[in-house]
Amino acid sequence: MAIRQLSVFIENKKGKLSDAVKTISEAGINMRAMSIGDSDDFGILRLIVSDTAKAYSLLSEDMIVKVTDVIAVKMSDKEGALYTVLRVLEKADINVEYTYAFTARELGAYVVFRVNDVEAAEKALSDKGIVLMTEDEIRSI
Amino acid sequence: MGKYYQEEIETASREEILKIQNEKIVKQVKHVYENVPYYRNLMDEKGVKPEDIKSVDDIKKLPFLSKADLRDAYPYGLLGTDLKNCVRIHSTSGTTGRRVVAFYTQHDVDLWEECCARAIVAAGGTKDDVIQVAYGYGLFTGGFGVHGGSQKVGCLTLPMSSGNTERQIQFMMDLGSTILCCTPSYAAFIGESLAEKGYKPTDNKLKAGIFGAEPWTEEMRREIEKSLGIKAYDIYGLTESSGPGVAYECEEQKGMHINEDHFYAEIIDPDTGETLPEGSKGELVFTSLDKEAFPLLRYRTKDICVLTREKCACGRTHIKMCKPMGRSDDMMIIRGVNVFPSQIETVLIKEGYTPNYLIEVDRVKNTDTLDISVELQPGQFSDKVSDIQAKEKALEGAMRTMLGIGPKIHLVPPKSIARSEGKAVRVIDKRKLHD
Repeated sequence: MAIRQLSVFIENKKGKLSDAVKTISEAGINMRAMSIGDSDDFGILRLIVSDTAKAYSLLSEDMIVKVTDVIAVKMSDKEGALYTVLRVLEKADINVEYTYAFTARELGAYVVFRVNDVEAAEKALSDKGIVLMTEDEIRSI
Repeated sequence: MGKYYQEEIETASREEILKIQNEKIVKQVKHVYENVPYYRNLMDEKGVKPEDIKSVDDIKKLPFLSKADLRDAYPYGLLGTDLKNCVRIHSTSGTTGRRVVAFYTQHDVDLWEECCARAIVAAGGTKDDVIQVAYGYGLFTGGFGVHGGSQKVGCLTLPMSSGNTERQIQFMMDLGSTILCCTPSYAAFIGESLAEKGYKPTDNKLKAGIFGAEPWTEEMRREIEKSLGIKAYDIYGLTESSGPGVAYECEEQKGMHINEDHFYAEIIDPDTGETLPEGSKGELVFTSLDKEAFPLLRYRTKDICVLTREKCACGRTHIKMCKPMGRSDDMMIIRGVNVFPSQIETVLIKEGYTPNYLIEVDRVKNTDTLDISVELQPGQFSDKVSDIQAKEKALEGAMRTMLGIGPKIHLVPPKSIARSEGKAVRVIDKRKLHD
């Protein structure tokens, strides 16, 4: 169920983010979700795209890129939905490294989790009936 | 030709070498006194006459020449012969001030190329070898010096000059180069480029490399040897003394033999000018023994090093100098602490980074700052910000241990620090702009 996310190391300098985005957009690849973790010196651009393999090969020509497995969970439109997911992960002793949210027009809101143990997280969540998004679903958004 | 280019002189006894040196120094001093008014004035001021110099022991009576003298005397002030007897010039890059122009008669060129030929043979070169000269050709001495030496040995010589790495690699592969000559930073770059193209270190025919013209460390030597699958030899020289080949490494790779029949070396205390005994650390000073156009007596190189007469297993008897430990030019004084770029390089390689870095020194609110940009390698990338920050912190700690002051480390993407094809620019000292 894991979704492949691309992580790109980017210098924290004018124009560097747009260089990476340009590479992807010129190749006709769609971004499904995006977030940036940053420090004073650098940023890590995290992307879920329509064609992971193609984006990886284009970006890695002149950037450091890594494929990371993440999970994406659909958030029900109820209070405490995110809290429920976090509790499940916590009880299963799974660490969340970082997380970000995105919305898809008809499908609603999703939260992406980067965890220390993807398999254990998948199992813990599906045991509780929490549905994870698949790569096919994310591509078809 | 075997192991030596000129066995008789390279393995001559101490007495024989002294005899040659003593004969030559008397003539050289007389030649300078008669032909170079600039130096004659310095000798007169010191009250030294050519007759006072009877052997190399008397060299310490002579006045020093410094780079400042060479600049003052630019362009013809230190010329030792009529211009019509000269066949060539070379020049320093001028990065530290006004250029220095050195002149050569055919005799001087031959002498220089002979020194380079000895270096090539010491690195295992024979007439069966294909030498790729990737030092710059032109005013820089690297290209022409090694080129001439290579032809004297009888090697097939590829006058590539520096740069155009694609072409370097193509010729290296297609013509089967066996010896590469260039700056160590360019050798490291060629090694990286080969790996990027998917070549293994065993895919090339190279067996040796002769690298010089900029400071490099033992760690960098091992990196280059690994990436190119070769044995890497150091070579030393300076434009003022003709060019590369003043000293060179043999297969022992433990110090460089100085071509003592052409150059007399001393170590002095850089502050007092006093000549120090063998084995002392100090500034290297050279006296040319048989140059015509640009003879320099007691030229202060600013290179800090140690000389040794310890017996070398290679059989050569010429005195050895260690790899220069730093140049007074390169030395930065940051918050009162002496810092050499070579120390920074050593830490980087030890910690698993490439020796491509940029040092920026500045002064903020009257305090010196030291910032070092270092390239992160793909294998070191983690997509967690905290992991990369931890790497920066770890490197800052390792630097603090080595340097005595703490720098700020900036990890940057690979290839974002400009590569040089000649001498690498690694230090930007912005303090000079404020002063």
